[in-house]
Amino acid sequence: MDWFFILEKAILIIILFSLTLFIAMYETYMERKVAAFLQDRVGPDRAGPFGILQPLADGGKMFFKEDFIPNSSEKWLFILGPGIAMFTALMTSAVIPWGTELHLFGRTISLQVADVNIGVLYIMGFVSIGVYGIMIGGWSSNNKYSLMGAIRASSQMISYELAMGLSLIAIVMMSGSLSLKDIAAQQSGSLMGIEGFHWNVFLQPLGFLIFLTCAFAETNRAPFDLPECESELIGGYHTEYTSMKLGFFLFAEYVNMFISSTLIATIYFGGYNFPGLHYLPGNWQALAGTAVLFLKILFFIFFYMWVRWTLPRFRYDQLMHLGWKVLIPLAVLNMLLTGAWMTWF
Amino acid sequence: MIEILFYVLSFVSIVTGLMVVFAKSPIHSVLSLIVTFFAIAGQYILLNAQFLAIVHIIVYAGAIMVLFLFVLMLLNLNKEAEPNKDIAMKLAGVISASLLMVTLTGALHGSVVPEATLAVNTSNGLVKNLGQVLFKDFVVPFEISSLLFLAAMAGAVLLGKKHPSQITDSEIQKI
Repeated sequence: MDWFFILEKAILIIILFSLTLFIAMYETYMERKVAAFLQDRVGPDRAGPFGILQPLADGGKMFFKEDFIPNSSEKWLFILGPGIAMFTALMTSAVIPWGTELHLFGRTISLQVADVNIGVLYIMGFVSIGVYGIMIGGWSSNNKYSLMGAIRASSQMISYELAMGLSLIAIVMMSGSLSLKDIAAQQSGSLMGIEGFHWNVFLQPLGFLIFLTCAFAETNRAPFDLPECESELIGGYHTEYTSMKLGFFLFAEYVNMFISSTLIATIYFGGYNFPGLHYLPGNWQALAGTAVLFLKILFFIFFYMWVRWTLPRFRYDQLMHLGWKVLIPLAVLNMLLTGAWMTWF
Repeated sequence: MIEILFYVLSFVSIVTGLMVVFAKSPIHSVLSLIVTFFAIAGQYILLNAQFLAIVHIIVYAGAIMVLFLFVLMLLNLNKEAEPNKDIAMKLAGVISASLLMVTLTGALHGSVVPEATLAVNTSNGLVKNLGQVLFKDFVVPFEISSLLFLAAMAGAVLLGKKHPSQITDSEIQKI
């Protein structure tokens, strides 16, 4: 057993874990500031300069609230629900390539926790079991509104998973690999003479739009936030939750948002590649790649918020119509077009 | 290491499998079945069949069991709502289960336990090899099974559709 290998993976996992939680924490701050900006307000500005300590204050408040478990709930499932939601949100980051390779102390360190050869399917797997946290939490609360929210969430996520998987198939067909490392590395080629600009979004524009829409639906973000639609369902699946259990559900949404932004950046926007990356020497290449990847991720997180505070919520039948009758046929068409293009050109 | 994992996964799958049968609440049965599927997926990974493992999770744990759970939550079955089964139903259940057990013991009794086949071709379950096997060696059975799926889907749509005489005027206006 190579102890250095285990050590470097452990360090990478710890860095990723804390980074994910840190970003999710400051996403809440960013969301408030973006909402305030779009609505011509100031937003939180009391805790620290520019309200920069606001997430800490929010977290502290969450911890000190009474941790209440309803009498008529299924106690263990009620506790399990938020745990599953958080677990599935955090697990997905394991297969994402965060950069090329670092060369330190005579060792080559890959900036990816696990290069499994089924990376894309691994992500689809965790996306598909992510619904259990919401379903179990909503059902075990023994509350009508929670149950409605849980059922909405599960049917929405199952519906949009299909179109998401079909749009990813086109990417897999083009790259010939299910490994996210290969998919990211293949985008370093040149497009129209610009090196490092061979991004999938230019080759798969329709697939990208389908994936983006489905990502919004999978993370239960507006305009698809029907599972927690407050005007009809009070709070949706987390109506009965308080304290840090509620915090886990809300936090899982922000972690999911970060991870799906990462996926969009990695699969469609070149991952760590950018024009001019290959001019940089050795380790700087890996570090600059990671920095650029995080810039892309930040842009997509901002895009999520931009959409949330711009578009009104869909009606439930519109949501189902869009998923089944528009996105799935479009995704199949995209797949056929990709196949035809690959056969003839 | 692998042996310990094998025993842990086997233990988990057997215990949760028993819980599927013995749990009073149908929701608990379904949740234990999901854990069983994860334990079996773990066994696939031990056999180096990563693709099978993840497809097993996506299809069974991610899609089929969600639908099971979905239906059970909508029906909200609990102990009071459980219908009283009469004696004939119980008898039929016991007899059919016993017949299944007789068949299984008969089948397993005569069979020769093969030696551990781990060493034959451990990379068989990887995506590339599986694709070769499915689309080259077994392409006809594969296509026939997909045709069967299509037929089943068409049948389900036909069953789910209302007969034209049952559609009311207000529904026609909606369409």
